[in-house]
Amino acid sequence: MTEFTPDESRPNALARAWDSDIAYSFRRSPLAIIAAVVSLIIILAAVFAPWIAPHDPFNPATLNLMDGFTPPMEPNAFTGNVYWLGTDNQGRDVFSTILFGARISLFVGFMAVLFAMVLGITLGLIAGYRGGWVDSLLMRVADVQLTFPSILLALLIFGVARGFIPPAYREAMAIWVLIVAIGLSDWVQYARVVRGATMVEKSKEYVQAARVIGAHPAKILLRHILPNVMGPVLVIATIGLALAIIAEATLSFLGVGVPPTQPSLGTLIRIGQGFLFSGEWWILLFPSLTLLALALSVNLLGDWLRDALNPRLR
Amino acid sequence: MSDVLLSVEGLTRRFDVSKPWLNRVIEREERQFLTANADVSFEIRKGETFALVGESGSGKSTIAKMIVGLLEPSAGTIRFDGQVMDFASGAAMRALRRRFQMIFQDPFASLNPRWRVGDIIAEPIHTFGLLTGAAVRQEVGRLLELVGLSASDAAKFPHEFSGGQRQRIAIARALSSRPEFIVCDEPTSALDVSVQAQILNLMRDLQDEFGLTYLLISHDLSVVRHMSNRIGVLYLGRLVEIADAKRLFVEPQHPYTRMLLDAVPDLALSGRRRTPVTGEIPNPINPPPGCAFHPRCPHVMDICRQIVPAQTTTASGQAACHLLTQDDHRRTREPVA
Repeated sequence: MTEFTPDESRPNALARAWDSDIAYSFRRSPLAIIAAVVSLIIILAAVFAPWIAPHDPFNPATLNLMDGFTPPMEPNAFTGNVYWLGTDNQGRDVFSTILFGARISLFVGFMAVLFAMVLGITLGLIAGYRGGWVDSLLMRVADVQLTFPSILLALLIFGVARGFIPPAYREAMAIWVLIVAIGLSDWVQYARVVRGATMVEKSKEYVQAARVIGAHPAKILLRHILPNVMGPVLVIATIGLALAIIAEATLSFLGVGVPPTQPSLGTLIRIGQGFLFSGEWWILLFPSLTLLALALSVNLLGDWLRDALNPRLR
Repeated sequence: MSDVLLSVEGLTRRFDVSKPWLNRVIEREERQFLTANADVSFEIRKGETFALVGESGSGKSTIAKMIVGLLEPSAGTIRFDGQVMDFASGAAMRALRRRFQMIFQDPFASLNPRWRVGDIIAEPIHTFGLLTGAAVRQEVGRLLELVGLSASDAAKFPHEFSGGQRQRIAIARALSSRPEFIVCDEPTSALDVSVQAQILNLMRDLQDEFGLTYLLISHDLSVVRHMSNRIGVLYLGRLVEIADAKRLFVEPQHPYTRMLLDAVPDLALSGRRRTPVTGEIPNPINPPPGCAFHPRCPHVMDICRQIVPAQTTTASGQAACHLLTQDDHRRTREPVA
C-alpha cells in the first residue's frame, strides 16, 4: 500500500534509513561492517565476472596448455606469462575461474534460498493460519524431513530428479536440479518459524478486525500477517544463504553438483585437491579461501542481523 | 418488533479443551468441553447502547466474537435486522457485514504496525468497494477529523500515536464502512483513566450524530452506567439479569447483580451495608448444577442446587433467579440499597 505515503518523506528516506535502529546497530558493529564489505566485494566481483576477469576460462581458444601449472605471481617457465593466483592444469587462470565459480555458487545459493523461502513461507503461513489437521499434516512432514541430514536429502532429490530428466538435457538442467534439491532440503526451518510467528500474529486484534469485515484469508495472510513475520525470516535467509552455498560446494565436491563445464567453487575445490600432493597447492587453496570468506562473512552478517532484530539483546 | 436491530436466541458456545487424542487414549480421559456461553438470549434495539457486564471469564467477549462472526456459535441464532446471520454464505453476508463493525480492547494490537493509519482506516472502504481513487483519501481525512485527529495523520504509522489516539483511529476505521451497529469490546479498559472519558464521550457524540447502536462489553460498572440504556449481567456464560440501566443500579433483582454493585468501591463512605464478595467464579468446564451462582449466593435454597432458574419478567427487565418466583422468600429479602 502506497496510497498514504507522505510526499515529504521521499527526499529524506535515505536520512531516515541512516537514523534507523538497524543502521545504528550496524554502524556500531565493526564485525558486521567487515562482513558486509567482504560479502559485497565477493558478490560484486561474481556479478561482474565477465568484465573483471582477466581471462575467459571457458573459451578454449584463449587457453594455452603451455601456461598450465603456473605458480602464483611467478612468470611461466615457457611463456613468461604472470598470473596473480597461478593457473590450473589446463592453463586456466585461477583468479578468473574463482570469479566465475563464485558467480555460479552465489546464483545457486540465492535461488535455492529463494525457493526454500517461498515454499517454507507459503506452507508456514497456511499451517499457522489454518491450524487443525492441515497444520498437523504439514508439521509432521517437516518433522520427518528434519530427521534426515539435509545433504543426504539433497543427494536423494538430485538422484531422483536426474532419473526423470532425459540425458540430453542433464547438463543444462543440472544447475536447476541442484537449486531444487538444496531448496527442498531447506524449507522446513522457514516453515517452522513462519508458522510460529503466524500463530502469534493471527490472534492479534488487527487480524480479527480484518476478519470482521470479511477480508479474504489470502489477503489477510499476504497483506497483514506476512509483513509482520518477515523479520525472523530475513535472519534465517541470510544464514541460509551461507548454508546453501556450502551445500552446493559439498554436492559439487562430491561430484553430483554442477557439471565441470560450469565449475562452481565446490567443483574447483574438487579439481584442486587432485593436485595438492603434487605440489600445486594454489589450485586448491584459493577457491577454498574464497568459499571460506564468502560463507563466513554471510554467516556473520546473519548473526549480526539476528541480534539487531532481537530487542531483548539490545 | 421492528425496532430490534440485533437479536440473539439461545446462543451457546462450547470450546473443546480436551487433551490431544493420544494423551486421551493413554490416560483414559474423556473429551472435555468448556461452556463459555449457555443459552444466552437478548435483543438490542436500534439506537440504544446495550451493555454486557460480568467478571473475567464470564463469556462477555465470546458473545461479542460470535456476533461479529469471529467465532462460530455451537448453538443458537443471531439475527441482524431480521436476517439470520450465516457467516458461511458469502454474498448475502457481505452486505450484512458492512453494517456492523467492532472496536477492540487493545489499541496497541488492533492496528497493524506495518500499515499507515490512512491505509488502516481505508481498509473497510476498499474491502466493501465503497469508494475509489481520490475520494478514499478525502473520506479518510474526514473520518480522522471526525474522531478528533488531523487529516495529515493518515501518513503516519500507529506507533507514532498514544493509546487514546490509537483508539480514535480504531473508531475511525470502524466508522469507515458507515455501519449501524458497533460491538465495543472493552473499548477503554486498556486506556489511562484520564483518556477513558474522552473516548467514551466521543463514542456518545458519534452515536448521536449517526444514530449508532452499540453493544458495549465491559467489566467497569462506571463506564457501563455512563454509556448504556440497558444492561445484561453475565455470570459463568449465563445471562442472570437484563434491566434498564437506571433501574439496575437502584434495584438489582438478582443476588449476583447486587454483589457486583456492592463490590464497587464506595468513595463517599456512605456506610451502606454491603454483601461482601465471596468465593470465585467456578470452573466453566464443570459448572455447578442448577443455578450456576448457587455456591456463592447468600440466599441459596434447595431448589437452586437442582433446577436451572428460568428468566422471569421483572419490573425493569428480566432475571433468572428462584427467589423471584417464590413469594415467601421475596418478602423476607433484605431491602436493597
